[in-house]
Amino acid sequence: MAQVIIKFGDDISTDTIYPGRFMATVLPTETPAFAFADYKEFNKQLNDKKFPQGSIIIAGNNFGCGSSREQAVSCLKGHELVIVAKSYARIFLQNAVNLGLQALTAPDIEATEGDELVVADNRIVNKTTGKSFTVIPLSGSRQAVMNAGGLISYTRERLVRK
Amino acid sequence: MGMTIAEKILAFKSGKNQVRPGDIVEPAVDLAMSHENAALVINQFLEIYQGTGLTPRVWNPDNITIIFDHRVPAESSKTANNQKKIREFVAAQGITKFHEIRGDVGGICHQVLPEYGYVHPGSLVLGTDSHTTSHGAMGAFAMGIGATEMASVWCLGAILNLEVPATIRVNVSGKLPGYIYPKDIILYLIGMLTANGATFRALEFHGPVIEKMSVSGRLTLANMSVEAGATTGIIPADAETIRYLQQEAEVQEPIEPVLPDPDAVYEQTVDIDVTNMEPQAACPHTVDNVKPVREVAGKTLHQIVIGSCTNGRLDDLEIAARILKGKKVADNVRMLVFPASGRIYRQALQKGYIADLAASGAVIMNPGCGCCLGVHQGALADGETALATTNRNFKGRMGNPNAEVYLCSPATAAVSAITGKITDPREERR
Repeated sequence: MAQVIIKFGDDISTDTIYPGRFMATVLPTETPAFAFADYKEFNKQLNDKKFPQGSIIIAGNNFGCGSSREQAVSCLKGHELVIVAKSYARIFLQNAVNLGLQALTAPDIEATEGDELVVADNRIVNKTTGKSFTVIPLSGSRQAVMNAGGLISYTRERLVRK
Repeated sequence: MGMTIAEKILAFKSGKNQVRPGDIVEPAVDLAMSHENAALVINQFLEIYQGTGLTPRVWNPDNITIIFDHRVPAESSKTANNQKKIREFVAAQGITKFHEIRGDVGGICHQVLPEYGYVHPGSLVLGTDSHTTSHGAMGAFAMGIGATEMASVWCLGAILNLEVPATIRVNVSGKLPGYIYPKDIILYLIGMLTANGATFRALEFHGPVIEKMSVSGRLTLANMSVEAGATTGIIPADAETIRYLQQEAEVQEPIEPVLPDPDAVYEQTVDIDVTNMEPQAACPHTVDNVKPVREVAGKTLHQIVIGSCTNGRLDDLEIAARILKGKKVADNVRMLVFPASGRIYRQALQKGYIADLAASGAVIMNPGCGCCLGVHQGALADGETALATTNRNFKGRMGNPNAEVYLCSPATAAVSAITGKITDPREERR
């Protein structure tokens, strides 16, 4: 069981997740400090480690639209968050798979801040409301990258085999 | 069954006779582009090699291009150190298509690639920049990827697990009215499709308006295809593409357009008639919040930006210079002009556009991305409004979440610079 710590609407851009002015910072150990930097209170809570590992961000459609900046994924991964969105922008979803960030697609998700969710077997149960929602599984090829622990190790295996 | 341009390119690069939307392919990459974020690509690339006992070598140093444009000249020591690290890597790996911070060979990546003829019809181009879709203007399959994906490409020379997108056909017809530019057409299309209307899809542009459009205008269309979520936006190569590549980019090799089969299968067809189109503006804070400029006219402005990979080319500067020649930028406005490349800067100097723009009160900035991504060279103050020919107006985009950005054509930007408020460019002829 994990708690929803914030809820966003549609079209949350990478400029919101990781503002462009911090793009010179690239190390995954350093990017989490700037996650949602313009949401000052939320950013501070993240950096103060207020939320346990696996805490959930809820979002609408097209989460992560805009830039290809991978910092928008590494900053969330660094805080060990789980994203549940109705849909994602293509590059963001691919970056999430490549870095091993859990980004679940639940087109009908209904949950709000404070709700407790359980994720299992391609379903999300909102324990607070009692409602249950379908999760669209990753495609086989994306799941294979996730299973390998991300694209670094997936590519390494390919490279060694070559 | 016939294939679209995207399907044909991916099939050919994957060594297959046929691919269908949803197929997973591993196509060979013709060009792998990065800018300052190559610093992160380098980290990931070296990490892939860790523990393998292999010496890190890129698959082909001639097929990798790196251009400094996002933060030029460096705005901080951190960026300067990233750029230094990239220079050292470029030298160590023998990467040939490297574009430094220079007035001769430098510029925005999406302008430098076409100028140097790096992209041909039928190429597969990947870039660690979402606006890599720009290069679809040359009849190529071009898309943005993340840094780790690029590190994998640098190792293998192919992209793993690429899903073939379905294609949306966009037909643009009608008689182009005055004061309507490619930017108005693409904003209108994004408004129609919405910000995720083309997600996991390729756009393929057709119709008489596209056929008559210059490569410069086609770059604007392909560039912003990603703002509808598209994986790539492709304009079929034709005589204009070949003219550009041979005459402007001095390409010597034979050029073979890849065209869709007559019986290609499109997921959807969108028809746009431009005959009665009005100048368009994308309003805060999403690119699909598109309205006729007329509906938002009168809004007081504080900054006007002409430039970026979307609209910083010679014809864009020409439009602005023609409108502003002998006129003055309003007192309440700071007008910033970023030529898209060193070459364009020099051409604009020769043609007198730079002198006319500067005399009107515009500040001529160095070629590069400038303030588009909110790092430097023109951040907005709280409560301010910018009107820009750039491609994104997300909250915080120009460096301040408490400011607003509207997107428009160079003509709308230039006419609005004179009045100091958002102005329908058709007012100019009254």
